[in-house]
Amino acid sequence: MFIRKLGALSLFSLRRTGRMGLFLGQAFIYASTPPFKFFRVLQQIRFIGFQSILVIFLTGAFAGMVLGLQGFYTLNRFGSTGLLGPMVAFSLIRELGPVLSALMVTGRAGSAMTAEIGIMRNTEQIDALKLMGLNPFRYLVVPRLLACIISLPLLSSIFNVVGIFGGYLIGVRLLGVGVGNYFGEMTNYVEMEDVLGGIYKSLCFGVLITWVCCYKGYYTGFGAEGVSKATTQAVVLSSVLICVLDYFLTSILF
Amino acid sequence: MIEVADIHKSFEGHAVLQGVSFQVAKGELLALIGRSGYGKSILLKHVAGLIRPDQGRVLIDGNDLGFLRGKKLEEMRSRFGFVFQNGALFDSLTVFENVAFPLEEKTKFSDHEIKKKVLSILDEVGLSGAENKYPAQISGGMIRRAALARSLVRNPEIMLFDEPTTGLDPVIGHAILNLIDSCHKRFEFTGIIVTHEIPKAFEIVQKVAMLHEGRILIVTPPQGILSSSDPVVHQFITGSIDGPIQYR
Repeated sequence: MFIRKLGALSLFSLRRTGRMGLFLGQAFIYASTPPFKFFRVLQQIRFIGFQSILVIFLTGAFAGMVLGLQGFYTLNRFGSTGLLGPMVAFSLIRELGPVLSALMVTGRAGSAMTAEIGIMRNTEQIDALKLMGLNPFRYLVVPRLLACIISLPLLSSIFNVVGIFGGYLIGVRLLGVGVGNYFGEMTNYVEMEDVLGGIYKSLCFGVLITWVCCYKGYYTGFGAEGVSKATTQAVVLSSVLICVLDYFLTSILF
Repeated sequence: MIEVADIHKSFEGHAVLQGVSFQVAKGELLALIGRSGYGKSILLKHVAGLIRPDQGRVLIDGNDLGFLRGKKLEEMRSRFGFVFQNGALFDSLTVFENVAFPLEEKTKFSDHEIKKKVLSILDEVGLSGAENKYPAQISGGMIRRAALARSLVRNPEIMLFDEPTTGLDPVIGHAILNLIDSCHKRFEFTGIIVTHEIPKAFEIVQKVAMLHEGRILIVTPPQGILSSSDPVVHQFITGSIDGPIQYR
């Protein structure tokens, strides 16, 4: 009995994983073949990217300020507060910028993707698209995928810049670290590959968020409860996978 | 034109369709009747190629839908119009945008031509003046009419209606059936209408098929079903509680 249940569970998991893999594969195939829906991509960039700027600005500013504060007190113990700038920059560019901006986009736009596609599925709007001879992937998934791939590195960069100035505000203006030290040491230590590593991470997170959130919406359960569960699962799964993927990307990239 | 041959479909071990077969000739409108929750909509979605059967075939002009994939399936689906039970209008678009959507995406008409066509079809279904309203702002009857307009605007060869009058008051229900009838005469589509409007729907169709326990019990002209001596058909048509159909 136990073996049978285990077997059934394994098969179920394999099927789900395979379906998720096929979903991503299809999204990439349709993203790279015409017809392209540029206007829909722009609409999604507006929603996923532009409308996330405020939340990215706020979280970036406070993340930088906390880093400035914590970094100052930690480095002060070793008498190396001059390295506050590189510490803030490294933390933001290599880790916190890509990860926190991805988490923010998951919460703000990812949940909306799942809910919108899920409701469209439940109200037969996706079937209506199919019966017009249109491919739902091109209309619902591909624009979001491209928009996320374009938007996330930009949002992450905004997060980094705002965060660095948040750290400057606390470290330099409040706690008295020299402005030359803060920015000078930063330019000495931070390399282009650190910046590129952060951008690569953001690109991967962009794909991951769209993949999970669109998939969960596309295969949502029935009714309001089904959509609500799918949205929760999408946000939780995306957030966990972002952290897992971050670990592996860090070990590969840096 | 439409041939459904020995369709079987089960969901989680529960057999819904168990060998359904019928045909609809070109230009014919067939009413599909049967008990609620016993697979009429599922059958209609098989005909539209939205669900694949476990066994059996759906042939459109001799082409097996089960073998069509990708572009060919999309092209085949372009020949269909489908009016869903709840309309399935895109809720983020206005009525005008909903009706214009398939023309914008599937044709090369200019904006001016699209506007002309959309306004004309909206006028035909009695929705002039409601162009700028969103689906949430209009009544159930208007939603069905907008869905009908969206389906008809591309002049499809095959129209499928999934309970187009359910949930509407009798007057509006009757008006929708009359509208389907006039559109059928004008556009000359081949169609299937899933309905509980008995006997009103029989006035606009050429054939009636009854789905019972996963099979087609009878396919006949409307007069044939009204005079049928089959106890199941008779009980269903008269709506009697007593008879072979057991209601739980």
